[in-house]
Amino acid sequence: MPDGSSIVLGAALENAIPFAATHELIRQGKRDLNVVAPISDISTDMMIGTGCVAEVTGAWVGNVSGGMGHNFRRATEHGEPNPIKVHDYSNFTIGMAFFAGAYGLPYVPVKSILGSDIIKSNPQIRLAENPFAAEPDPVALIPALKPDVAFLVVQRADRAGNSHIWGSTGLTQEASIASEKIIVLADEIVEPEVIASDPSRVLIPGFGVNAVCHLPAASHPSPLIGRWKRDNAFFHHYHKETRDPDSFQRWVDEWVLDLPDHKAYRTKLGGELEELRIEGEAYSAPANYATD
Amino acid sequence: MHKYSTQELMIIAAARQINDGERIFVGMRLPITAYGVARLTHAPNAVGLFESGVARYEPAEDMLYTMCDGPNQFGAAWTTGLIQIMGLLSGGRVHAGFIGGAEIDRFANINTSYIGDFENPTTKLPGSGGAPDIAAMAERLIVIINHQKHRLVEKVDFITSPGHLTGGDARKKAGLPGGGPSVVITDRAILRPHGPENELHLASVHPGHTVEEVIENTGWDLKTTPDLEETPAPTKEELDALHRIDKEGFWRS
Repeated sequence: MPDGSSIVLGAALENAIPFAATHELIRQGKRDLNVVAPISDISTDMMIGTGCVAEVTGAWVGNVSGGMGHNFRRATEHGEPNPIKVHDYSNFTIGMAFFAGAYGLPYVPVKSILGSDIIKSNPQIRLAENPFAAEPDPVALIPALKPDVAFLVVQRADRAGNSHIWGSTGLTQEASIASEKIIVLADEIVEPEVIASDPSRVLIPGFGVNAVCHLPAASHPSPLIGRWKRDNAFFHHYHKETRDPDSFQRWVDEWVLDLPDHKAYRTKLGGELEELRIEGEAYSAPANYATD
Repeated sequence: MHKYSTQELMIIAAARQINDGERIFVGMRLPITAYGVARLTHAPNAVGLFESGVARYEPAEDMLYTMCDGPNQFGAAWTTGLIQIMGLLSGGRVHAGFIGGAEIDRFANINTSYIGDFENPTTKLPGSGGAPDIAAMAERLIVIINHQKHRLVEKVDFITSPGHLTGGDARKKAGLPGGGPSVVITDRAILRPHGPENELHLASVHPGHTVEEVIENTGWDLKTTPDLEETPAPTKEELDALHRIDKEGFWRS
């Protein structure tokens, strides 16, 4: 993934955020990235703080537990560590931009951003008149977004990337299909028969996936339904420990740069991670796909 | 008279805005608790919608930090994608939505984006999330905000979520289908758009607060509606419902 790429680091909103990928991109010192997602919680903030980001395309950047993202504020208010360009969207309009990107539409006309100054701050969004209406009828045109790479966390995948996801998915499907490449971070790798037994639970089929990584707890500290609970204390800790650039540097050294990989991160979390593992069982009823 | 906190009064005032059978864009924190109270009292058939892709009947059993947490998905009516849930809004099928904000102005426009000029802001706020979509498309909008002079301002620096824009029928002219803000609930009072200009007026003062105090803490020349009242104190039934939902007493202090 070259510098300057536009990337989706999860698009489910507050769950299944691929923090393992965020950390690795920071370790590799990627630069000039355009981070594209409705909300990716502190993933976006830590990418900004380490100087990986030139542009943010999305609806919300901060810390869902703590409020403001300190690095996002430093970059947008004072140009530290570098100035970033923000392309504002609302959640639905970035959804429509991914939808257009995924299905080959040049743009989607919507009502759902009219009256907002986002139309002024984001010159990509244009006002037009509905050509089918008899009376004046303003619409906003949302052009297609086609990111270079989408990273997504799934509960289970086979070696070919056929993946099962359950729970709410936000814009995962549209953002992934709109992207040139898809990289799957699977909590568990299973035999192909497991995925094939329930094709309705496949959000992204393997033929669209470029790489599969087996990474348990790749979404930590965000939750993964049925696998890992949200580590709320970790989000609060991040908020407290990143108030100034020096303390952020210490945080990112400790939790990202001084660790060789995600396995070391899991080891460092140790018992704290084990407490987040979901041990309970609440299985859905099986669905019968028999043909005869 | 039962004892209650200001936060509890706000939650109950918010719950009273939800009618039975309505589809409500819930959001997090205070509104989700208000939704729970409404379900347990006067609105047992309301439906709660969450933009991440969740629809629920009963509110979640456990404390939520985000709408995407496991307890909000367990036993849901529907877990799906954002487009499916926000598409209900866009399709005109949502009765009301809750939003908060950093600033609101006298026409109930809301700012959660930039303080100062957007090209060179003094403060960059986290941004819109789905709030502009809810403000544009819901049949009516319920706003919750703390009542301070620097929050209730004459004109917001940036309209993230449209209220009544420049007043009157400006929303209609802008092509907005939803009805816009119908009520603003603060920790001191309830404001409503009133008159042909749709300017926010003081409609109800919470017990223990005065009209003068509310006007003093508002950044524009706040007028009152002709039928100004005192916000009715929470009933025992409402407080019992709230305490059933808020088991840990999060909102009681």
